[in-house]
Amino acid sequence: MPHDTLAFTGGFREPVFEAQSVFRTLMDCMARPGTVGSAAVAVAPPAPLCAAVGAVALTLCDNDTPVWLTPALAASALPGWLAFHAGASVTDDRQAARFAFVEKGAMLPDPGLFAQGTQEYPDRSTTLVVEIEAFTGGRPLTLTGPGIRTEEEFAPVGLPDMFVYFRAENRQNFPRGVDLILVAGDAVLCLPRTTVVRVKEA
Amino acid sequence: MYVAVKGGEAAISNAHRLLADRRRGDRSLPAIRIEQIVAQLGLAVDRVMAEASLYDRALAALAVRQARGDMIEAIFILRAYRTTLPRFGYSRPVETGAMLVERRVSATYKDLPGGQLLGPTFDYTHRLLDPSLLTDQEVEAPLEREEAGEPVMRVSDILAGEGLVEDDGSLPEGHVPGDLTREPLEFPMARDLRLQALSRGDEGFLLALGYSTQRGYARTHPFVGEVRIGEVEVELDMPELGFAVSLGRIQVTECQMIAQFKGSAKNPPQFTRGYGLVFGQSERKAMAMSLVDRALRAEEFGEDIVAPAQDEEFVISHSDNVQATGFVEHLKLPHYVDFQAELDLVRRMRRDYEAAQDKDLPEAAE
Amino acid sequence: MTTADLATYNFAYLDEQTKRMIRRAILKAIAIPGYQVPFASREMPMPYGWGTGGVQVTAAILGPKDVLKVIDQGADDTTNAVSIRAFFQKVANVAVTTKTRAATIIQTRHRIPEEKLTSGQTLVYQVPIPEPLRFLEPRETETRKMHALEEYGLMHVKLYEDIARNGHIATTYAYPVKVEGRYVMDPSPTPKFDNPKMHMSEALQLFGAGREKRIYAVPPYTEVVSLDFEDHPFEIQTFDKPCALCGAQDVYLDEVVLDDRGGRMFVCSDTDHCEQRCASGHRGHLAHDKEAAE
Repeated sequence: MPHDTLAFTGGFREPVFEAQSVFRTLMDCMARPGTVGSAAVAVAPPAPLCAAVGAVALTLCDNDTPVWLTPALAASALPGWLAFHAGASVTDDRQAARFAFVEKGAMLPDPGLFAQGTQEYPDRSTTLVVEIEAFTGGRPLTLTGPGIRTEEEFAPVGLPDMFVYFRAENRQNFPRGVDLILVAGDAVLCLPRTTVVRVKEA
Repeated sequence: MYVAVKGGEAAISNAHRLLADRRRGDRSLPAIRIEQIVAQLGLAVDRVMAEASLYDRALAALAVRQARGDMIEAIFILRAYRTTLPRFGYSRPVETGAMLVERRVSATYKDLPGGQLLGPTFDYTHRLLDPSLLTDQEVEAPLEREEAGEPVMRVSDILAGEGLVEDDGSLPEGHVPGDLTREPLEFPMARDLRLQALSRGDEGFLLALGYSTQRGYARTHPFVGEVRIGEVEVELDMPELGFAVSLGRIQVTECQMIAQFKGSAKNPPQFTRGYGLVFGQSERKAMAMSLVDRALRAEEFGEDIVAPAQDEEFVISHSDNVQATGFVEHLKLPHYVDFQAELDLVRRMRRDYEAAQDKDLPEAAE
Repeated sequence: MTTADLATYNFAYLDEQTKRMIRRAILKAIAIPGYQVPFASREMPMPYGWGTGGVQVTAAILGPKDVLKVIDQGADDTTNAVSIRAFFQKVANVAVTTKTRAATIIQTRHRIPEEKLTSGQTLVYQVPIPEPLRFLEPRETETRKMHALEEYGLMHVKLYEDIARNGHIATTYAYPVKVEGRYVMDPSPTPKFDNPKMHMSEALQLFGAGREKRIYAVPPYTEVVSLDFEDHPFEIQTFDKPCALCGAQDVYLDEVVLDDRGGRMFVCSDTDHCEQRCASGHRGHLAHDKEAAE
């Protein structure tokens, strides 16, 4: 399909119910960090964005939420798709972005460069939506914090070694900080700023 | 004998049925029609449109009828409808200088370009009950005069010619006017949001606050530069067309209140302004709004904040009558769980109190 | 204008843009437990102060698979609970229940159900004044700073003044809590009896304040501690008698005035809990009278 018509196809088929279902997955996963939910919805964003991340974008973004994209996504048909289906505009100012999208294989940007919110309004921070390879099979990480009874565990493939360090930095700023939505295939896992991520000791 | 209260559903439905009956009233009388309310209770309709922030006379009249004439209830009904309407865009600022004026009075100049126009005002009516309104008597057609073609110059422009009044308010470069019905409220507010809040604020509340400034609670030495009522054009920019198109005319009331200002390091002595703009014909509201707007600009002019009308958080947080009535009236909802907790506490405290009294008594006898 | 022109409302009443705005606020609220997220509360078709915040939160999360329970003062049949439940049946055609166990979403005013909530459930509180410091400091500009600086001395002073004057803390409902060791939060006007249920709850707890335009949250398994002092630990009220209908102890009771000679009885405020117990054979000392009357 030519670049410019890609923008007009591949949105929600049933916007009201599909958005509700994806949101509930996000809400449950944000409330229970480490829990894997499903965002299997038949949307088709332009490559290289995957369907599930596209569904998250359509669920949460609109003309009130400037969106930051990686260079590869910014160069794709995605900006037009977001504008057409969500009314969302793209910004290259990380501090202005309410959401940031990172496709699989792209370098994870330092979350510290995005809006952290202020001490008075810590909610005014960027939410990062990042696609990775998988939630299992990588280096095991343990998760603790609100939403987790004792401890959760996941072993992501596709996150840099710096990730644990990024999270520690992020945690320092509390209540300011960015929140993270990770996507692998159709599966979703959320790491709000409160979640402490550690490398699992052997 | 105790039986748990049941049947809330039936009670509610019966109450609605009774309400409908009371609303209709005596069936031997003709039901009041929406067009009659629009035509004959126009100022009630205007107030509902103004405080509901929705310009639609028929819907406002429907709300008045549905609310049995309870203004705040009617405002509430119309607002709850407004909130579901999609936004297609934001109009250009209306040009009140180009208003088709029906009424225009200035207290600051005896005569001025465009003249003084009394229009349909209660001002000089003697407030004697009019028996002719008991029956449906013929009403004379109004007199009309030839269009003079003279522009009705704004008083603020006359003063501006001498540089004696501050400029029309301006907002920082690139500032997109806010909309407090779509964004969370935050203090301090920019003046655009404040004016929006005042424009939909409760007429009675603003009237009282405006009055308080006259009585010395943040006196601003106000003069009515002018009040004008009439129709203005509403235009919408069409980016596809590259120009603005007219959506039609609306009636508004505008008040420019001129107030004294001694000047500061930054500004020379000059008159300042308070501004009021309201849907429909609503002079009291526009005037009260302009007084309160001026009082709320205290900080801007380096004035001491000493009175309620100058306190932005106080004024704006309490000016909305739909919020106020909801919260005041919610006190009639059941609170027996919290009351039980308080009852238990008071009983306990009373026992402690009485025990302490009893303990004191023998000592006193000694 | 015809009725058809007027009344076309979206699923769950709110338009999609409004739902997105509320959903974003909910996610941030979950990410910052106990922090009040400002949101652009809409004018709802019920009065402010009557649950518009809770209704907006419920409308934003509700889907066709949900089962909704609405309670006010613990009861499903209080008029405002009936009215809100009917609203969602009308605008979302949602399945409703009075059974705590069967509900996926429970909207509540002033109570937390007696039955322990589980991990599939979300409890939505209607909140009148979300700011726990509001009664000490009426200005939002000031209280926001206090939260930012974690400056809660004023609250402790107030509670301590209670102790000095009365020998104990004289706050019986809307008793302030500290969430995850950071934010002081208003639990809404639930009796302090219910505060311990918030601590490490399996259910997600969402709080909506429509008039005050705030949403906040307590995720599951989150520390919620009622403020107290070492020498005056937090304690909940106790009742001398069990429920007169089901005989339950350790539940919150409503006092019912029986006659004009000072006759009183105490019954469960949580009507579903009481009914479930009665159904499984529990009897209080006045249960017989009730059965005779029915």
